[in-house]
Amino acid sequence: MTGPAGEPTNQPVPPAEEAEAVEAADGARAASALRRAWALVVVPLGAVILAMLVGSIVILASQVFIGVEIDPTLPLVAYWAMISGGLGSFNGIVETMVQATPLVLAGLAVGVGFKAGLFNIGAQGQFLMGALAAAYVGGQLRDQPALVAVSLAVAAGAFGGLVYGFIPGALKALTGAHEVVTTIMLNFVAISISSYFVSGPLRAPRSPFAQTLDVGNAELIVLFGRNGHVGIFFALLAVPIIWWLLWRAKLGFEIRTVGANPDAARFAGMRPRRLIALTMALCGMLAGLAGSGEILGRVGHLTAPYATNVGFDAITVALLGRANPVGILFSALLLGMMKAGAGQMQIQAGIPVEIVDVIQGLILLFLAAEIIVRRLFRIREARVGLEELATVTRSYGERSA
Amino acid sequence: MFLYDIPLLGLLFQFGGYVISILPTTGPIFLFAAAPIALGSLCGLMNERSGIVNIGIEGMMLTSAFVSAYAASLMVASGATVGGDAPFGASTPLIVGVLAAMIAGMLVSSLHAWLTITIRTDQIISGTIINITALGLTSYLNQILSKASPPNAGTFQPFIVPADIVELPVIGWFINAILNQRPITLSIIVLVIAMQILLFRSRWGLRTRAVGEHPKAAETVGIDVIRLRYRNVILGGIFAGLAGASLALESAGSFQNNMTVGRGFIALAALIFGRWTPLGAFGAAILFTASEALERSIRFVPPPGQLGEIMIGIPLQVYGALPYLITIVVLAGFVGRSTAPAAVGQPYERERRH
Repeated sequence: MTGPAGEPTNQPVPPAEEAEAVEAADGARAASALRRAWALVVVPLGAVILAMLVGSIVILASQVFIGVEIDPTLPLVAYWAMISGGLGSFNGIVETMVQATPLVLAGLAVGVGFKAGLFNIGAQGQFLMGALAAAYVGGQLRDQPALVAVSLAVAAGAFGGLVYGFIPGALKALTGAHEVVTTIMLNFVAISISSYFVSGPLRAPRSPFAQTLDVGNAELIVLFGRNGHVGIFFALLAVPIIWWLLWRAKLGFEIRTVGANPDAARFAGMRPRRLIALTMALCGMLAGLAGSGEILGRVGHLTAPYATNVGFDAITVALLGRANPVGILFSALLLGMMKAGAGQMQIQAGIPVEIVDVIQGLILLFLAAEIIVRRLFRIREARVGLEELATVTRSYGERSA
Repeated sequence: MFLYDIPLLGLLFQFGGYVISILPTTGPIFLFAAAPIALGSLCGLMNERSGIVNIGIEGMMLTSAFVSAYAASLMVASGATVGGDAPFGASTPLIVGVLAAMIAGMLVSSLHAWLTITIRTDQIISGTIINITALGLTSYLNQILSKASPPNAGTFQPFIVPADIVELPVIGWFINAILNQRPITLSIIVLVIAMQILLFRSRWGLRTRAVGEHPKAAETVGIDVIRLRYRNVILGGIFAGLAGASLALESAGSFQNNMTVGRGFIALAALIFGRWTPLGAFGAAILFTASEALERSIRFVPPPGQLGEIMIGIPLQVYGALPYLITIVVLAGFVGRSTAPAAVGQPYERERRH
């Protein structure tokens, strides 16, 4: 859809007009880039708007359930409370960023998988394994110098996730077991593993609850606000690094080729199986980082059970961000804002925080049923979707390997 | 018991003895706990045998559980009587609850069908949407509704097996364990056998399997692939609905946030472990439940002797993780391979007629 509008032409241009032409070409190029960017964000944006609209219908309809007189302004009051809770104060903005941090990393864990044609539902398990490893190493090194303790605990978390991501990747590469099923199963196995360690060998002595030792010196430093820990920068750094990896590095090129067309990749001399295992390990590492950030930066220890929905949130973030690192960053911030502001919404408008999950599901619904968004907002067909995904679910029934 | 003293093999006998000793207490709850899982598997079976992945069973079950509890509670609030002498302790609110759950299951399945068949959206994403939205919406509504503390419709009661049968030697307790159940749990036996016969012995079954394996070929011989897939996916919702109703109206008596706690995913595992057959999935559901029951028994009454030492040494969490681990093993083909119907996951596009 973006024609060669901004491409420089080969025709000789008189010197007097040259500068003007270059300027015009620049302008056209900028306009075309803008159009392209607009085409990328318009459907996610429309999906978010529609989800908020339907969410407000849910809020209104639920008043009928409890027999209260319908107050048509309630959704506005609720959304306003949520937005001002997440963005209205310095602490609110910090909380938004803190909430968004694991979502960015776990979102990348799902998004990078999409690029390779893999549907990583296992971010939850990889997150948990990363959290467990970070909590263990952090707890052991709690009296060591902070620099040593932090870096080793973070590395352990990343490694824990990496191993746990590598397992389904290797299983797919070696046996063809579909990663969707294996990662779902491994999520539950991860719960059992962490529950065993947290309530057994790693349980903090003399603690009335099943939890690990506090990480002490391995705690991530709070840089600003109440809890703006340094882990926020892991997430902010991961975005350009993953972007560079996907679009500038050889590995990223291979990942994207395998995702778009595994056969072509094989003919081009790449090794899809090795790449699948490698990509899943990379995804696991990102999710594991998210887990260690939560333990070392926010909670200080791992509990059993550890309540988190990060795996599903990550899928929403990755799909809303169209598996693009920058898109994932913004989607995570949006979701983080909702989570940060949900408490204030519950207090001020009496709307249970669970409405955030409803809106999240609706966003996904409208993303999936893109056609509704296009009709309503009169957007013309634009092929900027997740083409990689086309191959993901198709292979579910294939007798591969 | 000299058998127990044989090295290694003796452990096996000890294990057998232990299982027999705990059966009278755990046996009756086997079927009860396995029923929602098996019903969820049947829902998945209807989808996957016709070529649609369904990882949204969890969300379908959760929605149905909420709707059934809410509908039953509404009936009680509007003055319907609860209790009475009807078989299974059935009352109008409970029956309405079950019907509402079946309808809710079909409605959620319709969404899945529309997204995957008509819109041709990714089937796993569709399931994810259902899971996220169902968890959010039911928790949200439950939070709002529970403020008014709605009336409770109670639960179905187990079938009372006549004393003459229970007292039969050897098989009496076994018959009692199977039949002394609540109605939806009992129905699973009939449903599994019926589905097994229908899937492998009926015209509908042949067509469904054809559509799941090779839709193009099925279309060539005159099967309407789109319509059959729609019908199967939507009807599959009935099973998810029954599973949800069983959780809400047979065990808990009310709705609690996220009350399915992963049973929809265990159902998916059972379906895979059972190689996409009704009987296999049912067997897998029983096996998975047994693993859970074993964990509970060991915690309360550990086996004596050598076996006990070993079993107490094994972390209890192993039993919880076992269903998922053996599903991975089976899927990976380390021990007896299990493969999905060939066309599962591929959206079907009808070829244009000239």
